[in-house]
Amino acid sequence: MTREEAPGEREIAVVAFAQTDHRRTSEELSEVEMLMPVLHDVLGQTGLKTADIGFTCSGSSDYLAGRAFSFTLALDGVGAWPPISESHVEMDGAWALYEAWVKLRTGDADTALVYSYGKSSPGSVRDVLTRQLDPYYVAPLWPDSVALAALQAQALIDAGHTDEPALAAVGARSRSTDNPHAQLRGPVPQGDYVVRPLRTGDCPPISDGAAAVVLAAGERARELCARPAWIRGIDHRVEAHGIGVRELTDSPSARLAAERAGAFERPVDTAELHAPFSSQEVLLRKALRLDDGVAVNPSGGALAANPIMAAGLIRIGEAAARIHRGESDRALAHATSGPCLQQNLVAVLEGDPR
Amino acid sequence: MPDILKAPLTVEFPFTRSLGPVQSAFLTGLRERVVLGVRTGDGRVLVPPVEYDPVTAEEIRDLVEVAPTGTVTTWAWNHEPRRGQPLDAPFAWVLVRLDGADTALLHALDAPGPDAVHTGMRVRVRWAGERSGAITDIACFEPYDGEPGRLDGHTGEFEDPVTGIVAPARLDYTYSPGRAQTGYIHALAERRLVGERCPSCRKVYVPPRGACPTCGVATAEQVEVGPRGTVTTFCIVNIKAKQLDIEVPYVYAHIALDGADLALHGRIAGIPYDRVRMGLRVEAVWTEGARYPDHYRPTGEPDADYDMYKELL
Repeated sequence: MTREEAPGEREIAVVAFAQTDHRRTSEELSEVEMLMPVLHDVLGQTGLKTADIGFTCSGSSDYLAGRAFSFTLALDGVGAWPPISESHVEMDGAWALYEAWVKLRTGDADTALVYSYGKSSPGSVRDVLTRQLDPYYVAPLWPDSVALAALQAQALIDAGHTDEPALAAVGARSRSTDNPHAQLRGPVPQGDYVVRPLRTGDCPPISDGAAAVVLAAGERARELCARPAWIRGIDHRVEAHGIGVRELTDSPSARLAAERAGAFERPVDTAELHAPFSSQEVLLRKALRLDDGVAVNPSGGALAANPIMAAGLIRIGEAAARIHRGESDRALAHATSGPCLQQNLVAVLEGDPR
Repeated sequence: MPDILKAPLTVEFPFTRSLGPVQSAFLTGLRERVVLGVRTGDGRVLVPPVEYDPVTAEEIRDLVEVAPTGTVTTWAWNHEPRRGQPLDAPFAWVLVRLDGADTALLHALDAPGPDAVHTGMRVRVRWAGERSGAITDIACFEPYDGEPGRLDGHTGEFEDPVTGIVAPARLDYTYSPGRAQTGYIHALAERRLVGERCPSCRKVYVPPRGACPTCGVATAEQVEVGPRGTVTTFCIVNIKAKQLDIEVPYVYAHIALDGADLALHGRIAGIPYDRVRMGLRVEAVWTEGARYPDHYRPTGEPDADYDMYKELL
């Protein structure tokens, strides 16, 4: 541990990222069987062993598995003996990464392993996600995730921010990725309405998958990675639970998170947006002031693969990996949770000058 | 590799939730065909009402009646209604700003088709025939071209207010235990107990989960263990579980099967409950046609030495 640095000044970087190939079903694998190759991959990239990791944090949801405390079984893949410092968030792994980032900033650890996973295949994800809604006024009506996104899409269309052909173009561009991990690649029919105005092509695939990231502080990051992706800022914000209270054609929480993360101080060249629906990408581009010069979702984004609870962490990982490869110098990564972009997390990542 | 097992799994809870004063007034109002909102410090009226101002977080209690008529602020056509949704026939999801309110309520709109729906259209509440004090007391909205609904200036005071709701939640899954546990369950049906050996620390885990929890590596080498083993620790159960046909008291024990490096748990029978002890040698018992051991019974061997199983406690 380096105590010379003031804890608040510690630079933290993403030094490794791995993900599964995302698939419609992985029923032959338990969660831990799906997760383990990804954990070994990030540790292998850095040469770290479980015992070297200062802090471990994960994100997942019992509602996807249909079992209580399902994350405890996944811990078998980490090797939690002798005892490790570990935590879990019932959220997308992007929020687990935020917790790990705080832990590293305090100086309590120099390295962190962050992982998350989601198997949507056992249940019906549209129904499962209704259980995160207000239980008094909303959940008893069982409005599914596509229906809520469709209400927001119609509001955007009515306000003149987009139209159905523009939404189709978002889906088509997302799936034109060459990302080998993506579930949907190449031309995908725009399809019929799922809930109008959203068609199949505007909605994410239902995915099983996992992802993992290693964070490291200061010089440790430089030892572990040739070109660390430094987290220059990270922030997350939430809006009112009731969607009828919110301004659905805007995302003030995403914009505020981006502002606090320093995203608007200088232009970014890449943006990885966690927008499971094409309409949400339209909204986020506006809220985050991304112009056509920014490479948005070169990975394909959530429209190409959407392992719930991992898709946000993957956005941070994909942005970092582009910096590692020298394809980006300054990237914005975004994650969301809740209906109609209720919660938003923004991280700004940079590589050292070349 | 045998076929991966799958089975339906239904998770169902009747959540019983208590209501605060504002939610109680709103839901009681619906029972009485009155729609109430709540006024914030800056004069906005929120429908459905909340107990804390979403902007200032101040507690708010100032109930105001709003009309059962309103305007659609956005909509989405749902041509394939799902289980639990308000209408069985195709309908529109709508956010409706009721006359007198500043925020919108989510519900269903009964309309003949998407061409009959647009943002800005006027709608009114269609009340459910039987009302109990729940959001579903509004059956749905319906198109309406009349005047705004009349207000009686209701104060939100009711006799016999609703103080709670029961919110049933049901989710259906197809559970699959994955490769390692499928192998374990298949072997059980053949009256064999199998574990998996860690390639790194060489320990044998039973039941296997496909990973060594110490080393964090995948396990694959299947190893037959038992069927005899040693009781490492136990407890006496005195409370009868619902839907469990076992007389109390009975003994539940950790059992280190011969050849295994992790104890599994099982019920001990065939011996009085107060004679079960650490070190007792037991074996698995399958009942007729069973896919898994019903219980473990004493083998009659001498007890195991403490040193033989102390690492497995």
